[in-house]
Amino acid sequence: MLAWTIYLSFLGALAALLAGNKRPQAVRIIALLTTVAGLGIATAAVVQYQPGETLTIARLPWIPQFGVEYYLAADGISLVLVLLTGIAATAGVLFSWNIERRTGEFFAFYLTLIGGVYGVFLSFDLLLLFVFYEIAIIPKYFLIAIWGSAQQSSARGQSGALREYAAMKLALYSFAGSGLVLAGILAAWVVGGGKTMGLEALAHTDFPAHFQMWVFPLVFVGFAVLAGMWPFHTWAPGGHAAAPTGASMLLAGVVMKLGAYGCLRVAMTLFPQGLAPWGFHVLGLGSWRDVFALLALIGIVYGASVALVQRDFKLVIGYSSVSHMGFVLLGLMTLNQVGLDGAVLQMFSHGVIAGLLFAVVGRMVYDRTHTRDLNELAPMHLARVIPFAAVVFVLAAMASIGLPGFSGFIAEFQVLLGVWQAMPWMTAVAGIGILIGVAFTWRAMTKAFFTATPNSPATHHLPPITWPERLGAFLLLGATLAVGFYPRLLIDLILPSLNSPLFDGLRNAGGWR
Amino acid sequence: MNDAFPWITLITLLPIAGACAVLLAGRWQIAWSRALAVAVATASLTIALLLWHRFDANSIVMQFSESHPWAPSLGMTYHVGIDGLGLLMVVLTAIVVLMSVVASWANPQHGPVYLALALLLEAGLFGTFTALNFLHWFLYWELSLIPAFFLVRLWGGAESARASTQFFLYTMVGSVALLIAFLAIFVATGTFDFLELATMAHSGQLAAALQQHLRVSGMVLFWAAFLGFAVKTPVVPFHTWLPATYAEAPSETTMLLTGAMSKMGIYGFLRILLPIFPEQVQRARTPLLWLAVASIVLPAFAACVQRDLKRTFAYSSINHLGYCVLGVCVAANVTGLANEKAAALTGVLLQVFSHGITAAALFWFLALLERRSGGFRGLDDFGGLRKIMPVFSGLMGIAIFCSLGLPGLSGFPGEFLIFKGAFPLAPWPTTVSLLGLLMTAVFLLNVIQKVFSGRLNERWSAMPDLTTREILAVAPVLALMLLLGLDPQLIAGPIHATVMQWAGQVRF
Amino acid sequence: MSSFRYLDLLRLTLPEIAVALTGMLVLTVDALLLKRVTLPKRLHAGVLVACAGCVTAIFLAHNSPAASLPDGMLVLTPLTTIMQTSLLALSFFTLLLCDSIRFTEDIGEYLALILFATAAMMFLVGTQNLLLIFVALEFLSLSLYLLTGFDKQRRQSSEAALKYFLFGGMSAGFLLFGISLIYGVTNSLDLLRIPPAAIDASLDPLLLIAIVMVAIGFGFKIAAAPFHFWAPDAYQGAPTTSAGFIASSSKVASFFIFAQILAVGLANAAGAGGWQTYTPGWAPILTIVAALSMIWGNLAAIAQTSLRRMLAYSAVGHTGYMLLGIIAQTPRSLSALLYYVVTYALASLGVFGVLSALDAEPVDRIADLAGLARRAPGLSFCMLIFLLSLAGIPPLSGFFAKFFLFTATLDAGNRFGWLWLVLLAIATSAISLFYYLRVLKAIYVADGPRDVQAIRTPPVTMFAIWMLASLVLVLGIAPSPLLGWIEAAIRAVGV
Repeated sequence: MLAWTIYLSFLGALAALLAGNKRPQAVRIIALLTTVAGLGIATAAVVQYQPGETLTIARLPWIPQFGVEYYLAADGISLVLVLLTGIAATAGVLFSWNIERRTGEFFAFYLTLIGGVYGVFLSFDLLLLFVFYEIAIIPKYFLIAIWGSAQQSSARGQSGALREYAAMKLALYSFAGSGLVLAGILAAWVVGGGKTMGLEALAHTDFPAHFQMWVFPLVFVGFAVLAGMWPFHTWAPGGHAAAPTGASMLLAGVVMKLGAYGCLRVAMTLFPQGLAPWGFHVLGLGSWRDVFALLALIGIVYGASVALVQRDFKLVIGYSSVSHMGFVLLGLMTLNQVGLDGAVLQMFSHGVIAGLLFAVVGRMVYDRTHTRDLNELAPMHLARVIPFAAVVFVLAAMASIGLPGFSGFIAEFQVLLGVWQAMPWMTAVAGIGILIGVAFTWRAMTKAFFTATPNSPATHHLPPITWPERLGAFLLLGATLAVGFYPRLLIDLILPSLNSPLFDGLRNAGGWR
Repeated sequence: MNDAFPWITLITLLPIAGACAVLLAGRWQIAWSRALAVAVATASLTIALLLWHRFDANSIVMQFSESHPWAPSLGMTYHVGIDGLGLLMVVLTAIVVLMSVVASWANPQHGPVYLALALLLEAGLFGTFTALNFLHWFLYWELSLIPAFFLVRLWGGAESARASTQFFLYTMVGSVALLIAFLAIFVATGTFDFLELATMAHSGQLAAALQQHLRVSGMVLFWAAFLGFAVKTPVVPFHTWLPATYAEAPSETTMLLTGAMSKMGIYGFLRILLPIFPEQVQRARTPLLWLAVASIVLPAFAACVQRDLKRTFAYSSINHLGYCVLGVCVAANVTGLANEKAAALTGVLLQVFSHGITAAALFWFLALLERRSGGFRGLDDFGGLRKIMPVFSGLMGIAIFCSLGLPGLSGFPGEFLIFKGAFPLAPWPTTVSLLGLLMTAVFLLNVIQKVFSGRLNERWSAMPDLTTREILAVAPVLALMLLLGLDPQLIAGPIHATVMQWAGQVRF
Repeated sequence: MSSFRYLDLLRLTLPEIAVALTGMLVLTVDALLLKRVTLPKRLHAGVLVACAGCVTAIFLAHNSPAASLPDGMLVLTPLTTIMQTSLLALSFFTLLLCDSIRFTEDIGEYLALILFATAAMMFLVGTQNLLLIFVALEFLSLSLYLLTGFDKQRRQSSEAALKYFLFGGMSAGFLLFGISLIYGVTNSLDLLRIPPAAIDASLDPLLLIAIVMVAIGFGFKIAAAPFHFWAPDAYQGAPTTSAGFIASSSKVASFFIFAQILAVGLANAAGAGGWQTYTPGWAPILTIVAALSMIWGNLAAIAQTSLRRMLAYSAVGHTGYMLLGIIAQTPRSLSALLYYVVTYALASLGVFGVLSALDAEPVDRIADLAGLARRAPGLSFCMLIFLLSLAGIPPLSGFFAKFFLFTATLDAGNRFGWLWLVLLAIATSAISLFYYLRVLKAIYVADGPRDVQAIRTPPVTMFAIWMLASLVLVLGIAPSPLLGWIEAAIRAVGV
């Protein structure tokens, strides 16, 4: 049943393309129905799921000559991310309701992207995972290049060039990252005996330790590029800022998680010994684990610090995504149960929160005010003019800084627990990162919305918030609050999966049962 | 005494529901939202008094406690309960919030959104004072920041942008430090429950667990946690956010801030810091004591030179809470002297309650003055108000004298007991603190002289005195001040058991 | 010289004869119709006959028995059948695309030339005798030169043909010289009989020179750097359908025969060029040529503003990848090579097909494609499929071709000796996405000129393009059947 999330998305894309650019309302309905159906299937699967099992959805031989199977399966972690995709996709469609130009093509690309993302999360064959991963790259390019928004206050011609640049940079970085992954996958296939590309089979193959030592960073970095790990993150802020709202919600919310998911599912599961100590130290770092943990930590602090000085509202959110993904990667590197659980939870949480932030900044604010410059937004006293947007942003900001009651707190707190266990001194730096995060979020929020004093004059009118926007906001807010108040919803999915046989090697490397 | 009825959950959720109702009512009629807000605040006070009435003064366990598992793998449990300390705080909060909401009635700028935020703040405070599991407690601790921030920011004065952001960020720094410290504790012990942790600390298990799992010294964690509470209380030198925030916030909000929110810090000291880090408090006793002294003396001097009445009282707040910090730190003594410790701690609690209502009352009067004068609140702006507003001057005078610590009013028993208990335990710091007492008298009397006595400032010759309504509104608080001044046993009674337990049984 | 009956020869070469006859038939039909019927109708008639001939030849090819004539003159194996079928299919599509050409009146000759070239290629893949290989190759080349220069209205076409001819002639000389040296050293022209003789002479300098000559000769044909200089001009100057034909069919045939010569004939002179394992032979030479092609081709393509020149340089890049298949020398890598070259030919032909549909306003610069998505959505979509397949994006066949090739190369003999080459290939592949996306950017993203009408493509051309696109897609989603056939055929041959 879960495979239908993929098929429906592609069918929906085709339908949108055929419906064409002349019938935008029909296209929107098709897109909404497709994404809601996907969300429904995902939710049903989560509800029916028995913790700890791995559901096999489809398994057919595909390219027997290379041992490649069309193998779709899901465990708890996959389900969490599939659920995230459903939520983010539906919200994205709702927030893209106002696309008037070439609507058919827009939703065709959008739904193709979603189909690819679903595919990655459900693939248990390496090549199949890679195929879906690559399928997701091209729609991203077109979504940004055609419907994106440029930097603030530039001339029309210039703005086109800027967004095409951002789009091309994003596409090429993703492709380059996937190139590294491909090299690693091929190497793994060869050393694994050239018989199979199945994830479980390869996870139980005993790769030689020194082989794992160089393949692991190759594959990890390849995926981490898409996850926005410092210093390979430079495509992310510009790309997300240039993308149209629905696309940036999906890009920052879900596509970046593809990278982190790949890091966990492929790099860390297949080559866990790549994380073992080298036996010598370079600048105080003794293993790839130390290196990537440090890079993640730098990403947290760097992303937050740069966000603090941005004038462009969307870039603030873009850099905050880099910072939050740093938490995911840091959690992955703790190699203990609570840290990994926190990492996956942060994937879900940030996906929803980033979606919310981009929705407000992109759709509610930018589409109405046509500026992303904080200095230009300040005199508009937006809290008075579009109070719904202000309230939603406050809640989103609270979620983003990790206030308890929202999903971000649970995720970050688990990651910090993991870091305490594994690398205690990093906790303080991570804490500083959180604080800088509070600072930039609060600065952006107050500057953009809450500049009025009781005596400020009344300001101009802006179009009111439409119902699709409200629905999308409620969906996302509901998701983050539900997990924030009742984290067991997701933790009960993730923790048992971490104990499954698939992660045996990782457990041995990390030393936990 | 454990009721089957979840009183504490009720009292915590009631303001939240009330906030939603106020917002909805505001859609129809502003007046309805005001009335509803007052009704909700009164209801909370009623429940609080009910709890007071049913409280068993002789029991040493947590009363009205409820415990439900929430996310066991994370150590999250819904565990609430109150002892004497919690009870006092809950009642104080209810009183102060009611005062603030009533004060806002007359302010047309304080519409449904303001009232809803105030009620949300009340809920956050109730939650903070009753939670017994760190995560659950931290939720309320952080969540109460948000309404406070917006109350200051949106209705505040010219500099409210900077002041509110500074307030928010400073508090967050402390909170994050606190969070990290407790995460470490959880990693070592596997529990977030305050009561369990206190028992473990008492028996020495906590230190052992920290050493074994983390190789991190308890001292580091103590200072991190201390930072969280020091910013909130505030303790000099982490107090710099307070004067600006209190001054920029509308006076009705400052009532809330000084009356109830400022007690969060002391509550944290007593509920969390002392029980869980007894050894560390003891080892850090000397620097802590001198910090407390600094918090008493320096703000008192600073208050003398202020020209803005709100800032004067803001510094006075820091000073009064400094006495509480002194009392708390002084009780961290190894050797016996249980009586003195009990005295100090009782004094702390009395002072907390008294300062709460007194400071709230003072700012209420300031709000009335501001509204009548069209926004003026400088020390030198007024003069001779006694002649035209005798009732106002008289009533505010009572509040000021209460703040001063005049015997017969509620401010005296608290300060007296603190000094009585502190002298034997820490003679030198206590002596220096007397300076604070002196300077307090100086600046408070200065205020009375400058504002009420002297030549009448012609500008205000037409200023109306308090209306009957206003007198009726303020009177209960002043009556309370008198009552508690004459019979402090009213409060000291219910908290006695708690205090004795701290002084005698918990190893300081 | 053992005796064999000419009738057998006739029977075995029925497919080639059919194609040649069809060519002559087309000439005849066209001559008959010349005076009485308009150009479009003549074209339809000619294409109809030609396509019928191709289809017939496919049937005949499938029905011919396996055979092996002495001296390797004619060797028909299942592998030959597959190759001939592919070549005929590619010609079939090329002919369909010719249905709307307007650059010449001599369509009979044009179609006949294509058919003769096809026949030449079929001979080429059916023989293992070096001399006959050379003859067939020359037959093919001459046809291609003529096809390149067929557009007498444009100077560029003649210039391209001349350059092609000069380069081609020179490289043919090299090739012949190399072949004669091989004969001199091994005393045989039959590919199967050369290896035993070459063992003793494996380090003979003469043999090495022969290998270099052969490499140069074929390097020209397959447009490998540094022998590729004719390609940009030929792709740009030749009429669109001719360029498509060169880019697709001739590449398939040339690669096949090159692989056969090296893998079968000169197997023992292979040497190795892996990391830390160097032995002299043709493998190291090809490694350098492959690396050079990949780098030069892809980097030069970035700088191009002319669409066809960009395609030419990208073809050089693809040649580099394909050479990996020969270098690795395993049955699996050779099957991957053949899968790659066939699917590459389909995509290439598709691109040129789309360009020929736009020939009413000849498109040469990339910028001229701006806004095509609005004017011709179907054509644009097919272009998307072709270009993405060339870039190697799944689920199109180009991706799987690269995957098979790179995997097979890594899996070859010396563990990770070729890793550096594969990494280079993946890296340059990533670079190639840039210039393919640029074209797609012009088509989809850029706003074209206002007030232009939709482009109406003739139905036959549209059919051909859609068929090609479908094949590219289907062979990507289900690559295993085609790969399986090729692998089975190669194993049957026993390479």
